[in-house]
Amino acid sequence: MNRLNSLFANKKDLLSIYFTAGFPRLDDTVPILKALETSGVDFVEIGMPFSDPLADGPVIQKSSTTALENGMSLTVLFKQLENVRREVSMPIVLMGYLNPVLRFGVERFLDKCKETGVDGVILPDLPFEMYREQYSHLFEERGISNTFLITPQTPPDRVRLLDENTTGFLYMVSSAAVTGAKTGLNQFQIDYFTRIRDMELKSPKMVGFGISNQESFSEVCKYANGAIVGSAFIRMIENSNNIAEDIDGFICSLKPRND
Amino acid sequence: MIEPNNKGFYGEYGGAYIPEMLIPNIEELRAKYLDILNSESFRKEYHLLLCDYAGRPSPLFKAERLSAKYNANIWLKREDLNHTGSHKLNNTIGQILLAREMGRKRIIAETGAGQHGVATATVCALMGLDCVVYMGATDIERQAPNVARMRMLGAEVRPATSGNKTLKDATNEALRDWIANPLDTFYLIGSVVGPHPYPDMVARLQAIISSEIKEQLKSKIGTNLPDYVIACVGGGSNAAGSFYHFLEDESVKLIGTEAAGLGVNSGETAASMACGDKGIIHGSMTYLMQSDDGQITEPYSISAGLDYPGIGPLHAFLKDSKRADYMPITDDEALDAVMELTRLEGIIPALESAHALAVLPKLKLKTSDHVVVTVSGRGDKDMKTYMERFNL
Ligand SMILES: Cc1ncc(COP(=O)(O)O)c(C=O)c1O
Repeated sequence: MNRLNSLFANKKDLLSIYFTAGFPRLDDTVPILKALETSGVDFVEIGMPFSDPLADGPVIQKSSTTALENGMSLTVLFKQLENVRREVSMPIVLMGYLNPVLRFGVERFLDKCKETGVDGVILPDLPFEMYREQYSHLFEERGISNTFLITPQTPPDRVRLLDENTTGFLYMVSSAAVTGAKTGLNQFQIDYFTRIRDMELKSPKMVGFGISNQESFSEVCKYANGAIVGSAFIRMIENSNNIAEDIDGFICSLKPRND
Repeated sequence: MIEPNNKGFYGEYGGAYIPEMLIPNIEELRAKYLDILNSESFRKEYHLLLCDYAGRPSPLFKAERLSAKYNANIWLKREDLNHTGSHKLNNTIGQILLAREMGRKRIIAETGAGQHGVATATVCALMGLDCVVYMGATDIERQAPNVARMRMLGAEVRPATSGNKTLKDATNEALRDWIANPLDTFYLIGSVVGPHPYPDMVARLQAIISSEIKEQLKSKIGTNLPDYVIACVGGGSNAAGSFYHFLEDESVKLIGTEAAGLGVNSGETAASMACGDKGIIHGSMTYLMQSDDGQITEPYSISAGLDYPGIGPLHAFLKDSKRADYMPITDDEALDAVMELTRLEGIIPALESAHALAVLPKLKLKTSDHVVVTVSGRGDKDMKTYMERFNL
């Protein structure tokens, strides 16, 4: 059982943060990770920037462009993560698009994930069928979790299929949209969350896309194991002069501490 | 005929590398497109519109002065005479009938030169459907007349402002729009690119070009097989249509021309075959211009319609299997070809089409050779560039 599986087994109302590697500055990746852990985030998704991120809204697009201009690449990212497990113990998931991973070499990529202590991978443009046929054994051999996305339009039998085949968690895309912070949940979304909750799936579920404040975070926690915040975090960090302090404030505003 | 397998692969190229958000829409299209395209009612209406609305068949014109210059029989397939001024309408007529059959009310499209945008806006006006066209901000600038035409036809033109602000970026925005509007929207792709089934569907809808060439040649020279068929390749739809019914006629040499921009080694190019290698763009495995890290390279060409860092997967397959040859043509070579056709034949071609014509001086032709060049579109939209470059 990797870090991700034990986290889901032991804790509820999980808060996960997505941020783009190498943004706002190239060397911010690890300091951001450490600050997120200190401020009580449960796990992270590190975005591997891509030139043409077609499932992402303007905020993540822009951060990816900046990160690439800063010189971020998979080689640089794995170098930055080389000793990360001495300092950070929460689960780490890498999220990005397939082409840079293919170019790096899928096996080499997964080997590097294992070496650096990355627990899972999300590749939205690698559809399940192709994953199963070509890559699943490579993930399994190394104990790297995968995660599939589901959306309000995913038919129930496909939700079941993805649920049965995920080894990490199901990523519930909150609405038909690209990434980007939004305010409030509507009835359509609540119905979808309820429908998925009532399916009693085996996999943990995290809600992502459009979660930006305490209200939407605690609301979706009623239906899933937790939520993922991305664009709102990136917008905050872009304008930050003191990363550690601002991250702490931001996380506290999403999930007030009881102590 | 070359068809992809049931997962959309031509050999190792093609497929559907798309996020889960697009799967229900793509899956529905994949399940229905062949049945609809092959149905009696679709075929009837498609051919009626091609004939009475688009003005097909487009002529196959013997270019005598060009023939004299190159010492061979040069035939021009006049897609420039299609309604709206290019081959793009063949595809949009087909897809709009499909969209209507599937009950979609809102049409989105990407466009480079604006010809596909105009052809989409045109059929949307014809069918009374809402139309949003994404176009790179750079292209909005250099193809202004087409922007005005789209607006006049009732379409909303939305600028894409990422990357080089050209066709690739417009396609990204169109895909994002489809992700955000999965229920009522039909994505009407303009070339043989994108996830399966688009490359196959668009190739079938453009195949009318080669089926007409065959018939026309037969009646003009007694055989339906020329020695060469030549077409320009952006995503590759006019080339796919020009090649389609010749793919199994091994004696016919097929040549696609891609935009080399300032030259294949200049760093300012859109020659994805000459400069690219295997990778994924817009949901399809194909030849792609990319960095060592797998980031997509920003392309450059004087021709907005060819300014794209990838190529349809069918062409990647035809290149590797050596069934077709692909040659890079620079901006300057294309401009020379524009003037040559204009002065020798009285036809002002689109910049894209000039990339096909520009291959003529590079071939070793025999007097007996019959060479078909597809003139994919007319040059009206490029007058701004021509005025600057030719000091008009
Ligand atoms: C006149 C003309 N020819 C060719 C093209 C390139 O498209 P394709 O390669 O799909 O034929 C375009 C695209 O805008 C065009 O307008």
